[in-house]
Amino acid sequence: MEETVQYAGATGLLGSVWLLVAIPLVSAAILLLLGRRADRWGHWLGVAAIGAAFVLGLTFFFQLRGLENKSVELSLWDFIAVGDLRVDFGLLFDPLAAVFVLLITGVGFLIHLYAVEYMAHDEGRRRFFAYFNLFVAAMLLLVLGNNYVMLYFGWEGVGLASYLLISFWYGRPSAATAGKKAFLMNRVGDTGLAIGIFIMFATLGTTQYDEVFNGVGSLTGTTVLVLGLLLLLGAAGKSGQFPLQAWLPDAMEGPTPVSALIHAATMVTAGVYLIARSNPVFSANSTLQLVVVSVGALTLLMGCIIGAAKDDIKRVLAWSTVSQIGYMFLGVGLGGGAYALAIIHLLAHGFFKANMFLGAGSVMHGMKDQVDIRRFGGLSKHMKITWLTFMMGWLAIIGLPPLSGYFSKEPIIASAFDREDWTAWLFGGAALLGAGLTAFYMTRLFVLTFHGPKRWTEDIEHPHESPKLMTIPLILLAAGSVVAGGLMAWNDGVASWLSPVLGEEAAGEAHGVLSHTVITILSLLVTVLGAGLAWFLFRTGTATAPQPAGVLVTAARRNLYADAVNEAVFEKPGIFLTRALVFLDNRGIDGLVNGLAAAVGGGSGRLRRMQTGFVRSYATSILAGVLLVMAAFLAVQAGWLA
Amino acid sequence: MTELKLPSLDYAALAPILIMLGTALLGVLVEAFVPRRSRHLVQLTLALLAVLAALTMVVLSADDRIITAGQALAVDGPTLFLQGAILVLAAMALLLIGDRSVERGGAFVAQAAVTAESADDRRQAEGRNGLTEVYPLTTFAIGGMLIFVAANDLLTMFIALEVFSLPLYLLCALARRRRLLSQEAAMKYFLLGAYASAFFLFGVALIYGFTAGVPGRAAGVDFATINAAVTESPASPVLLFAGMALLSIGLLFKAAAAPFHVWTPDVYQGAPTPVTGFMAACTKVAAFGALLRVFHVAFADAGWDFTPVLGAVAVLTMLIGAVLAVTQTDIKRLLAYSSIANAGYLLVGVLAPSRDGLSGTMFYLVAYGFSVLAAFAVVTLVRDADGEATHLSRWAGLGRRSPFFAGLFTFILLAFAGIPLTSGFTSKFAIFGPALEEGQAWLVIAGVLTSMVLAFPYLRVVVMMWLSEPGESTPTVTVPGGLTSAALMIGVVATLVLGVAPAPLLDLAAGAAEFVR
Repeated sequence: MEETVQYAGATGLLGSVWLLVAIPLVSAAILLLLGRRADRWGHWLGVAAIGAAFVLGLTFFFQLRGLENKSVELSLWDFIAVGDLRVDFGLLFDPLAAVFVLLITGVGFLIHLYAVEYMAHDEGRRRFFAYFNLFVAAMLLLVLGNNYVMLYFGWEGVGLASYLLISFWYGRPSAATAGKKAFLMNRVGDTGLAIGIFIMFATLGTTQYDEVFNGVGSLTGTTVLVLGLLLLLGAAGKSGQFPLQAWLPDAMEGPTPVSALIHAATMVTAGVYLIARSNPVFSANSTLQLVVVSVGALTLLMGCIIGAAKDDIKRVLAWSTVSQIGYMFLGVGLGGGAYALAIIHLLAHGFFKANMFLGAGSVMHGMKDQVDIRRFGGLSKHMKITWLTFMMGWLAIIGLPPLSGYFSKEPIIASAFDREDWTAWLFGGAALLGAGLTAFYMTRLFVLTFHGPKRWTEDIEHPHESPKLMTIPLILLAAGSVVAGGLMAWNDGVASWLSPVLGEEAAGEAHGVLSHTVITILSLLVTVLGAGLAWFLFRTGTATAPQPAGVLVTAARRNLYADAVNEAVFEKPGIFLTRALVFLDNRGIDGLVNGLAAAVGGGSGRLRRMQTGFVRSYATSILAGVLLVMAAFLAVQAGWLA
Repeated sequence: MTELKLPSLDYAALAPILIMLGTALLGVLVEAFVPRRSRHLVQLTLALLAVLAALTMVVLSADDRIITAGQALAVDGPTLFLQGAILVLAAMALLLIGDRSVERGGAFVAQAAVTAESADDRRQAEGRNGLTEVYPLTTFAIGGMLIFVAANDLLTMFIALEVFSLPLYLLCALARRRRLLSQEAAMKYFLLGAYASAFFLFGVALIYGFTAGVPGRAAGVDFATINAAVTESPASPVLLFAGMALLSIGLLFKAAAAPFHVWTPDVYQGAPTPVTGFMAACTKVAAFGALLRVFHVAFADAGWDFTPVLGAVAVLTMLIGAVLAVTQTDIKRLLAYSSIANAGYLLVGVLAPSRDGLSGTMFYLVAYGFSVLAAFAVVTLVRDADGEATHLSRWAGLGRRSPFFAGLFTFILLAFAGIPLTSGFTSKFAIFGPALEEGQAWLVIAGVLTSMVLAFPYLRVVVMMWLSEPGESTPTVTVPGGLTSAALMIGVVATLVLGVAPAPLLDLAAGAAEFVR
């Protein structure tokens, strides 16, 4: 089946899609350039910019719905024109981009609003909002670009913003280190993406989406595989997937709104976007899809296992993010109709995870920045709104019907079983097991935080509920957690909306190893089991100090030794290599350079002595030159030279 | 006896030359009849107006492609482009020469006849108004240069050479301070200049002999005759090649190419700084204009066999200029060696025998002229009680004292080093590109390598200005009056504009890059 991809030009109102990127960017620039002068009102400018972008995004969305050909392309100017390389500064607004725009600006707006209050007592609030707006601008560019270079531009932009925000409190060594770690691990993935883009240019001569997708058919299987693996490396780096997952939990050193927006709802899902956007590439090679599915399945289990052993509320949520993105990778790896399922899960996750992160922030706000869940307990009485909204998030993520997660996660599990060979049991089993584990660790988190006996540190007497500016976004996001999944799944709304980009869903029930009814019952069963077990174990609280534990728990506490592996495999040899190169540089290269410089200097000093200042010696040297030039000319004439 | 016919003259095409020479004569009369008090103003106004008028005439006759005055003068694209360049750069130099705000009384001696270092001399150094004879001298020199780039036979070229050289010798001797150094420079320049002229003249004689030896043609030294003789000559043109060698030497001397560069550092250092700037910019244009015409028109069909020889000269020039610049301790000497190295780069352009090579060389001349005049303008500003402080150690920490002027100078140095967004980058590109296309890769490699060496002395000055603490002896920068400011800003802005948007001038040069024969 050969389909050609083509985009229509932008007309009318949709011609101003660029405003989506420009507004937050200008706002960020104003906040950064005005400096302290903007301290008093800067945060409101930041909020207003995102609000405006959201309203615009909504308008554009409805415009797009009215169009026959559900895509508009807008070429602003020639970005790069060197030799054969032509890169547009161009935007593409299509169904996939549109849902991302709504997610980024919608959830982004609520989190901005929340941050106004959350960061109220921080001296750097204006700087925070500048970076935050910069992030939104870059993220919108990432999803709106009409070629891979634009995507890369946004990709690096969000990486920069993420780095700046993780190490926002750069005075803390842990935050500074976490920022560096995120940056370095992202570089690994980004390099993969960059080389992937180079390959596109080398083999297809273009980086425009439509031209790349139409040209994939002409590539050899190996090229597609290599290209896809490189894109996957990029995606894994940005989305915290195996083997580049280690940076994401450390990124929680940043302020909580950052964790909610960047490291839960939007940026970390960029990898999913990349794969979904490149679906013609990934669908062209089944090995490639198998790799993606394996990465997703492995990561989702890792995330669950580690999440179950952590005691830091934000880290548990972070590992949960890793695990949930694993589900999305599983979805995009399965291909076909599951592309849309992954995007739906991504959107639903954006709501409930942002909700829970902001809830965690609200808890920390009331508990003097305590993050250890062993030191919480019984907060349901003191923080009613946070408790209730967090409960919605919790029920959504574990997939209890009829909340969001049920409609978004359960179809992915079902798709994983929709295979004809033994891999159905492997991937389906992993997804099912993951669902049970998710229910276990999220229930543990919820119960330990809000129920059971108080285990607070001595300095806390009356935890207080957060102010309205924080609870209103919480309530709105909680509402989203409840209904978003159902709304998106209703009548296949989002799936058919996305079909121009991701292809039609395969018709009818596939020949899976289990029927959908069985899978639904099974997944509900493991969810209830996991949740029940956690409630049973933790209903009476837990010890406030770490307890000795078995092999698995110890391993999970240590992130399944991923950091140790990184250290042994990359860090130690890297340090050794660096030392060797420094040695080589000092002795070899510097020696050569300094020697050359000394030779030039010495030669210069010696030649200088010929400049005696006496006209007679000047005349002699000119005469010598005359004789030489004459001799050379005559030699040329006689045919001895040239 | 045949009747002697006077050649027809195209006065419109000759107007720029006539204006400059006429103004110079008028300037001599001004010296005689105008009272001393108002001479400076009258002379400066007169000279600037003349340059402006000549420039207007050049612009008006931009489409002329003729040979006039018999075979003596060719008014064609390169002539007009280079005449325009000389006039614009000369206007900037005149602004520097005319400035009396930086130093009381101007940069020139009040009475050249006073014995140097005597008590009288010290008195005249303290602010008596400088000589105004410099203006007629400068206008004579400009007139000579205009003829030089238009000369279409070797004798006219020789006369033009002398017309612009003699005033320059005098101008070099007229510094207000350090007069012994200045007079010594003038003496050296004069002796060696005369020496080089002799070689030039000898070369002309040999070439005349060569043309006389070609059967069936009248002998002559105009380029058309030489070219025809070169094309039709029987084997063994020893006279031709010997003549070409001697002729090139005369021109390479003016262009400051190694090994004929030896006068350059001493003269650049000793001459009054505005005159140094004038020589570095305008003499360079004139000398290379003549070189281009000689090799592109007269000897075009000698098969460019001489390229390896001149290439070796170019490489040697670049090397000597770059390597010797490394150990210089005086800013004017450093700029002199930089100017020598730039002569090497320009030779690379001359040796790319294509239209692009020609236009690139012409572009380079203009871009370099602007930058070098701006550089010398800054040199005039850094002073202490004894005049200009040219020793580099005195420039340490200048960035702290006068960030604005240090910033401008840094920009100019970066341009010399060929950093992008400056004219230094675009002009080197304009020369190296065609040279590479014409198969002169070795020259380009030498050019790039020596540029790297040259970056060191430039950046050393930058480092000294910005990263050293100002010492007791760090002089202040005099805030210049309007004239020097104007020259400096024109130079800096041109360096920037030609680096960022070089296309209009490149197009102009490309459109002009064809000689009439």
